Amino acid sequence: MTDSSLPPPAAAEAYLALTRRRRLLGGVLLALFLASLVAGWRVVEERSAGGFLDGLPQLLDFPASLVAEAWERRADLPRLIWDHVPSLVETINIAAVATLAGALAGLVLSLLCTRGLAPWPGGIWIFRRLTDVLRAVPDVVIALVLIFVLGGGPVPAMIAIALHTAGALGKLFSEVTEAVDLRPVEGLASTGATWGQRMALAVVPQVAPNWLSYALLRFEINVRASAILGFVGAGGIGYDLRNAMTFGQGRFDVAAAIFLLLFVTIVAIDQTSARLRRRLVQGAVL
Amino acid sequence: MTALAQPSPLPAVLRAMRRRRLVALSLPVLLLAYLAYVVVAFDVAGLAQRARLDNAAILLADSWSHRTHVTRDNRSGEVRVAIDGDRRGTYAPERWPGWVRAGDGATVVDLPDGHSVTFAADGAVTYAQPGESPLTIRVVDGKVTSDLSGPVPDWVSASDTRVAVTTEAGRLAVTRNKAEVMRTLPGWAMFWFTLDSPYHGHLLPEILFGPRIDPERPNLSGAWEDFWGNPLWRHGDVAWALGETMLMAFLGTVGAAALALPLAFLAARNVTPVRALRFGVRRVFDFVRGVDALIWTIALSRAFGPGPLTGTLAIVLTDMGTFGKLFSEAVENMDGRQVEGVASTGASPLLRWRFGAIPQLVPILASQVLYMFESNVRSSTIIGAITGGGIGLLLTQAMQTGKDWEDVTYYVVLILLMVFALDAVSGRVRRRIIRGREV
Repeated sequence: MTDSSLPPPAAAEAYLALTRRRRLLGGVLLALFLASLVAGWRVVEERSAGGFLDGLPQLLDFPASLVAEAWERRADLPRLIWDHVPSLVETINIAAVATLAGALAGLVLSLLCTRGLAPWPGGIWIFRRLTDVLRAVPDVVIALVLIFVLGGGPVPAMIAIALHTAGALGKLFSEVTEAVDLRPVEGLASTGATWGQRMALAVVPQVAPNWLSYALLRFEINVRASAILGFVGAGGIGYDLRNAMTFGQGRFDVAAAIFLLLFVTIVAIDQTSARLRRRLVQGAVL
Repeated sequence: MTALAQPSPLPAVLRAMRRRRLVALSLPVLLLAYLAYVVVAFDVAGLAQRARLDNAAILLADSWSHRTHVTRDNRSGEVRVAIDGDRRGTYAPERWPGWVRAGDGATVVDLPDGHSVTFAADGAVTYAQPGESPLTIRVVDGKVTSDLSGPVPDWVSASDTRVAVTTEAGRLAVTRNKAEVMRTLPGWAMFWFTLDSPYHGHLLPEILFGPRIDPERPNLSGAWEDFWGNPLWRHGDVAWALGETMLMAFLGTVGAAALALPLAFLAARNVTPVRALRFGVRRVFDFVRGVDALIWTIALSRAFGPGPLTGTLAIVLTDMGTFGKLFSEAVENMDGRQVEGVASTGASPLLRWRFGAIPQLVPILASQVLYMFESNVRSSTIIGAITGGGIGLLLTQAMQTGKDWEDVTYYVVLILLMVFALDAVSGRVRRRIIRGREV
C-alpha cells in the first residue's frame, strides 16, 4: 500500500536526472550571464574618462559644492527659484500638450489596430507596425532633427514627445481595447450607428478609466522627457539647467535652485497622478 | 404606501445628469482654452519665421545623396575631382567618373538635363544649358567677369569677386582662385571604401573570390580593415558606440535590479513588519526616482567624467527607484498560501523562500526587468547625448556640424535597427517567461 503511493524508481530516477540537467543548464547560463556582466563592466570602465573607483571619492564633491554655494547665497535662493518658474511651466506645458496630442493619436491608432473594432481589418498590420515605429524612435532623435529645421524652442520637443507618446499609448490602449465587451458595439451596430458613433458610445465608456490612467502615467514620464530634451536645446527648465552648468565653472546656486524645483515638481506630479490613477482604476467618479 | 411616502429620486437623478452634462461640455472648452494659451505661450505664430525650410531641404537632400566637386585651381590650372570636396574622396586622374572628360587642356563636366560646364585651356569657364545662351566667365586682372549682357537672370549671382550659377542640374562658382562645379549624385558616397582604398569600386564576389587586389594584403582581411576603418563613415567607431549604448542599458538595468531586490523586500508589508523601516526604504525609492535621470546624469558626470560609466550609473540609480517600487508591489501581491504549503512540510525559512516564494516572483520580476531594459536602450541614447557616450554622442556631434546629414541618417537607421532587434528578442523572452508561469 505505502509502496504504491511512491513513484516507481525509474520515474524518480528520471525526475532527478531532469532536475540535475536543469540545474546544470541554469548554472551554465548564470555563469555566462555573470561573465558578460564582468566583461561589460570592464569595457565600460575602459572607455570612460575615469574608472569607477577613481571617481567614487569625488562622487560627493559636486553635491557638496552645490549645497555649499547654494547655502552661501541662500538669501538669493527664493528669487532664483522664482526666476525659473516660467521655464518650469514651459516644460510642463510641453509635456501636457504632448500627452494630449499623443493620447488622441494613440486612441485613434489603438482603435485602428484592434481586431474586431478596426474599420479596415486589412490595415491592422500596418497600423501596428506604425505604432511600433513611433514607439521605437528615441524622442531625442526627432527632437534634434526638428530643432535643426524649426529652431530651438518648445515646439520641436513637443512634437517629438507627442510622436513617441502616440506609439507608446497606442500599444497600451489597444491592449485595453482588446479586452472590451463587444456586445454594446453590436447593439449599436444593429441600430445603424456609424463606426465613429460605435467607438464613441460603446467602446470609449468601457475603456476610458484605464486609458486615462495610462495617459496620466505617460504624463509623468513626459515631464521627465521634456526636462531632458530641454537640456539638448529644446527650451524649458532643462535648457536653463544646461546654461547654469556650462556658465564658466558653473553657476551652482542656479543649478541647485533648478534641481530643487525639478525634484519637487516631479514628486508632486507623481504623487497626484498616482492618487488620481488609483481612484480611476477603483472606479470612483472623478 | 411606504414607497409613495419616500421622496422621488427623479429630481436628484436629473440634477446629477445636469451636472454631468455641464462637466462634459466644459471639459472640451477648458481644453481648447488651454491649447489656445499654449499656442500663444509657445509662439507658434513666430515659428513660421524661425523655421528654416532651407535647412529641411539640405537635410532631405543630404540624407540620401552626396555632392561631387570638380575644382580647377586658376593659378596652376590643375583639376581635381573629389567627393564632398574631401581629400580622401579624391579621384585619381585616370579614374575620373565618366561625366568629367579631359582633353587638349580643357575639361568638360556634364551635368544632368543637358547642362555642361567647360574649363577651357585659356582659363575661361563656360556654363551651357539648353534654351539659354552659354555664359562665359573669365578672371581678368584679378576681377571675375562674365559676358552677361542685359539683366542678370535669377540663376546667376555676380560680383567682382565671385560669379555663381545655381540651377536644378548643379552649381558653379568662380572666384579669383578657383572654379568649382558641384554635381549631386544619389546614394551615400564611399560607404564601403574611401577612394584611397584599393578595394573601392570592387564588388563583394571579386573581393571574396577574385585575384588579390592589394598585393600587400589578403583580400578578405584587407577589405575588412579598410571597411571597418573607413575614415569617413567610421564603421568601427559607430559599432563601438552602439555597443556602448547597449552596454549602458544592460549593465544599468541589471545593476538597478540587483540593488533594488534586497531593498524591495525591506519595503514589502508582508516581509518587513517594522513600519518605520518600510517607510524609510520607500522614501529612498521615491527620492531616487524623483531626482530623475537628468539630474543624476549631471551629478555623476562631474565625478566620473564623460563616457559610458556615467550613463550606466545614472540608469542604475534612476531605475533602482522604479524597480524597488515595482518589486515590492510584486512581493506584497505574492500568494501566501504557497509559502504556507511549503512551511507545512516543516521546511526551514530558507527553503520556504526557495520553493514557496521565488517560483512565484521570478517570472514577474524577470519580465519587469526585461521591459525596463527595452525602455533603457532608448534612454541610454538620450543619456549618451547628455553625458557624452555611445551613439547619442555621435548623433549630437554629427548634428552640430549641420552638414553631415548622411551620417545622421546612418546613425538613426542603426539606432532603429538596434531598438527593433532588442525589442524583438526581449519581447520573445518575456512572452516565454509569462507563458511558462501559466503552465
